[in-house]
Amino acid sequence: MAVAIPVGTYGAAFGAASIAAGFSILQTCLLSLLLFSGASQFAVVGVMGSGGSALSAIATGSLLGFRNGLYGLKMAPLLKLKGFKRVIGAQLTIDESTGVAISQEGRGDEAARYGFWATGIGVYFFWNLFTLLGALGAGAIGDPAAWGLDAVVPAAFLGLLWPRLTDNKTRILAISAAILALLLVPIVPAGIPIIATALLAVIFGSRAKQ
Amino acid sequence: MSQLWIATLLSSLICFFLKYLGYRIPESLLNRPVIQRINSLIPIALLSSLVAVQGLTIEQEVVIDHRLVGLLVAAIALGFKANFPIMMLLAAASSAAVYNL
Repeated sequence: MAVAIPVGTYGAAFGAASIAAGFSILQTCLLSLLLFSGASQFAVVGVMGSGGSALSAIATGSLLGFRNGLYGLKMAPLLKLKGFKRVIGAQLTIDESTGVAISQEGRGDEAARYGFWATGIGVYFFWNLFTLLGALGAGAIGDPAAWGLDAVVPAAFLGLLWPRLTDNKTRILAISAAILALLLVPIVPAGIPIIATALLAVIFGSRAKQ
Repeated sequence: MSQLWIATLLSSLICFFLKYLGYRIPESLLNRPVIQRINSLIPIALLSSLVAVQGLTIEQEVVIDHRLVGLLVAAIALGFKANFPIMMLLAAASSAAVYNL
């Protein structure tokens, strides 16, 4: 499984970052089991860790989770799920499973469905396993900064951001969002600077066709 | 209930609900170009501001420290198309090295 190693590393980084942000091992594992969406999970622990309120953590995590709903829209006609299977399918609807399903569509619906389930289940397993290992590991080390853990979280966000910067518009948006957030940090409560930049995305998206 | 528990459980609930909603609403409702565009841009704005806030601030101050070195190394690694684990390890190692100087 080609996805296992990157997912494992990333899951371990999440587990460690969550502990460093003050979450317990149980809470950390519940986030991976129940929320199961990397960017949202990192956002929730990142905002709480930097002193934000639960409300801003939830808002940031949810805004990042919104895209999974649109993946679901795309996957629904392919998977045709009902009842409990739909609950499971929904929970496994993330960047990786949707991406693999879409990439397999040329080889027929059966291959696309297989891609979705195999990726979703594989990522779920490794993500949760390594979250636990990362959380246990972080409990064992002392100062997170001495191990570079405080740089791992922004680096993880950068790694998620990088492939999305496909043209000038997205690059300009990314730079404007970073600057706006830094300008807001000293004057509004923690967490708000991040949520505020979603407005920039709305402005950029409602204007300009390209 | 503590703030951490509220954040853990409510964000999990809402994020699951958003996933599930995608399977329950008619496609035409959200399948508009402007929604699709905004949806692809929101993660860019949020992830970029998270990079900045997590890498360059402490509480309510902008602070330049060892984390910036880790971030720059991560950016260089990504520029060279390094894969995720390598990039994270390089970022952690370089930041820790500067911190422990």
